Amino acid sequence: MTTDLAIIGAGPAGLSAAIEAAALGLSVTVIDEQPAPGGQIFRGVERAATDPALAGEYGTEGANLVRRFRGAIRYPGGIDYRPSTTLWHLDTEAGLLSLRGEGGSTTLAARRVLLATGAQERPVPVPGWTLPNVMTAGAAQILLKQAGAVPRGRTVLAGQGPLLWLLAGQLARAGAAPSLLLETTPRGALRAALPAGGFWRGRAMLAKGAGLMLAARRAGMKVVSHVTGLRAEGDGILRRVVWDGGSTEAETLLLHEGVIPSTHVSRALGLPHVWDEPQRCWRPEVDAWGATPHPLLAVAGDGAGIGGWQAAVAAGALAALDAARRLGRLAEHGRDSRAVPHRATLGRVLALRPFLDRLYAPGPAVLAPLEDATVVCRCEEITAGQVRAAAKLGATGPNQAKAYLRTGMGPCQGRMCGTTVAALLAEAQGLPIPEAGALRPRAPFKPITVGELADLPGG
Amino acid sequence: MFLPRPEPRPATVEVFVGDAPVRVPEGATAAAAVLLAGIPAIRETPVTGAPRLPYCMMGICFDCLAEIDGVPNRQACMVEVKPGMRIAPQHGARVAKVEA
Amino acid sequence: MQTSSPSARTAFDAIVIGGGLVGAAIGYGLQRQGLDTLLLDEGDIAHRASRGNFGLIWVQSKGLGAPHYQRWTRGSASEWPALAEDLQARTGIDTRRQQPGGVTFCLGEEEFERRSEYMAQMQAEAGNFGFEYRMIRAAEARDMLPGIGPEVTGISWTPYDGHASPLHLLRALHEGFTGLGGSYLPNAGVADSTAAPNDFSVHAAGRRFTAPRVVLAAGLGNAALAPRFGLSSPVVPERGQILVTERAQTLLPMPTVSLRQTAEGSLMIGDSKENAGLDTVTQSPEIMRSMARRAVRCFPWIADLNVVRAWSALRVMAPDGLPIYDQSEQFPGAFTANCHSGVTLAGTHANRLAPMIAAGALDPELSLFSARRFDVPATA
Repeated sequence: MTTDLAIIGAGPAGLSAAIEAAALGLSVTVIDEQPAPGGQIFRGVERAATDPALAGEYGTEGANLVRRFRGAIRYPGGIDYRPSTTLWHLDTEAGLLSLRGEGGSTTLAARRVLLATGAQERPVPVPGWTLPNVMTAGAAQILLKQAGAVPRGRTVLAGQGPLLWLLAGQLARAGAAPSLLLETTPRGALRAALPAGGFWRGRAMLAKGAGLMLAARRAGMKVVSHVTGLRAEGDGILRRVVWDGGSTEAETLLLHEGVIPSTHVSRALGLPHVWDEPQRCWRPEVDAWGATPHPLLAVAGDGAGIGGWQAAVAAGALAALDAARRLGRLAEHGRDSRAVPHRATLGRVLALRPFLDRLYAPGPAVLAPLEDATVVCRCEEITAGQVRAAAKLGATGPNQAKAYLRTGMGPCQGRMCGTTVAALLAEAQGLPIPEAGALRPRAPFKPITVGELADLPGG
Repeated sequence: MFLPRPEPRPATVEVFVGDAPVRVPEGATAAAAVLLAGIPAIRETPVTGAPRLPYCMMGICFDCLAEIDGVPNRQACMVEVKPGMRIAPQHGARVAKVEA
Repeated sequence: MQTSSPSARTAFDAIVIGGGLVGAAIGYGLQRQGLDTLLLDEGDIAHRASRGNFGLIWVQSKGLGAPHYQRWTRGSASEWPALAEDLQARTGIDTRRQQPGGVTFCLGEEEFERRSEYMAQMQAEAGNFGFEYRMIRAAEARDMLPGIGPEVTGISWTPYDGHASPLHLLRALHEGFTGLGGSYLPNAGVADSTAAPNDFSVHAAGRRFTAPRVVLAAGLGNAALAPRFGLSSPVVPERGQILVTERAQTLLPMPTVSLRQTAEGSLMIGDSKENAGLDTVTQSPEIMRSMARRAVRCFPWIADLNVVRAWSALRVMAPDGLPIYDQSEQFPGAFTANCHSGVTLAGTHANRLAPMIAAGALDPELSLFSARRFDVPATA
């Protein structure tokens, strides 16, 4: 049996694409690593929607999107939803997906494949970031969503971006307000970002942001602005957070410098990628429908460039319309007319993006840590200094650095260090970051046991 | 370490982190159980023996690798808890179980 | 420490084209002979057989019907300890060399019988040179290796075999080379070249370099380069795949031909042969499956380990599977080296081949490796 559209990821883009495609009569299969739909942003929403700490779009729009998806599953021939399932290989010639689920590995044939694999938090390689109890801000938010849990004791947030403020507000409402926010946005960034505009069309978002800031400050969170020289210190566990001109005791440090597209699978598939200079990250090359140059593959949502969940919902629907057109279920004019409301949504929700990208652009020390002793590859424990030495030896890109140093050879397969290694190599050669290139990952996209490989059917 | 909030999310599933019983809400992952248990590390790295706890909670960083129900090197943040689940810390590289 | 980028100098004693294991070993050897050497390499994304090397120092299956290849390989295995020691002394990099002997598994009685015949023939061909080996039945093999599967009927063993880290070796050769004053230039694919007897020029990275000696060690790139220097390197790609597991505590005391445990603890599983052109992005689940199946039949406990990486790389293969070493008659001073055993043969490449090239001519013992062997029409 061949599915019309295989969707990888059950976050906003994947769910929206699945709902739209199923409504157009396509057979849809949704593959997701998580046990329940929602992606990271609406993670666990079916259980946590009523948690007052998470009140807001999570409990309303998020819960509604997941409910619509569950409803669509019940359409006749609707959606084959496969939770707790990982894509570990994709044969792009044959349209054959290799999936790993609870019962071992299976294959699925698809006429079109939509990668809706979302974003990951940008690595924040400060000294001491490998210490226990240093985590990402997103990790703390996921703990709140999946377990209702909050950090105990003195919590410090550090970095920049809307998520930090959102998390601060949520923790405050959960009775665990952070003590301190160390904001790394440099002096003058706001003034420099203002010309990007979009404030009228993005006024709802701005209002939301202002509300979050107010709530967190009211709950007692102090804010230090223009922080540089951030570091975590401790003796096998986090004890202190130190920055230029200050320090504080801390039990938990939550880092965040924005999010970047998860390009692991799109890279492994050999798709072309473009460097997004405003967002300082790579994204796969896609057209206005999310279609890549490969005839089988599309990418939608934050995995195709950071735009947030509302943009992902719109982009998922557009990719589904395009899939229906390509599979002969929708004429071109039908696709285009149905796209109109989604394009209007995109225009509205992306209005503020250029301003946010400028305001919260990661500083050079986030991209390429200054101190040689800072670990950049958490798996193999390789430091910035070792990467600089590899550059001196002649490594021009992260693939050669990997051969010299093992950066990217550990279990995370370079998800955490790839961008940092490239930035360090670029810096050493005096080149712009994209000139250093990117790691070229390979299948299996996630680890699979030798036994599971041996048990694959056939042969 | 992390604290539960029983009011919105009652802790109804008992699992073991090391040998200690921990009650966590349904839908939580093994990594959440580790953080709620408050242990100082879930593993020591195979390279330098450095202690680690979960970092990203979304399947990216592999720092939450733990032995779960006897299977080493599982991503604890990707495994939902089940009653009686045993989550054990790892020390260095895993041991391959060779049966004589 | 020297920096990697050569100064403004453009005249060298030797230019080695190709910075992989073969080129780096030769370049290192030449520099150690006192030749001022330029090592030209490609960029971050190149075919890079070196990065995909399995890491064996392997003797026991090399050169049936070609005893000169067996001798050359054995010679390299015996040069390895000195090379490893020399590299460690100069660079501090441990190539993780271990030569405890190695084994080939036999699954089923037929494989054991075929292997027994193969090894006996190897010994017969070796003549006075000798070839030490043992065919060992499963019961005894179980004492040598842990947890052998029930389908294993026996193993062949030779004392010459071993393994090393290809990546540590490559880095040590690069560091050793630049430490001796050699000039390593990456992102320097050859754009153009001219050849005259003992007078060569190569255009790369926007500059023109000259030397009285040139060595073609560009792997698959040699096929196109060789004719420009009056040489022939009819090599074609053969894709090999490798599966790499997470680290496990050390278990395997010696390598096998298709499975070894690295110094870091990973189990590496090889080795497939398929003809796939130049595609190094695609991995085939079918090939992974057959590799995994054989590994599990040899060592059932491997089934539990996670594969964290899979790798495919392109072997540099001559029509008869043997290396090609040659010198240009038309343009003396031009040499070529082609092989798929960059780790195994690093010992001879650095310690024997490089001195010959430095002296200006290959020894007669290498004449059988000349590409001229392909000029003779094959007889049935």
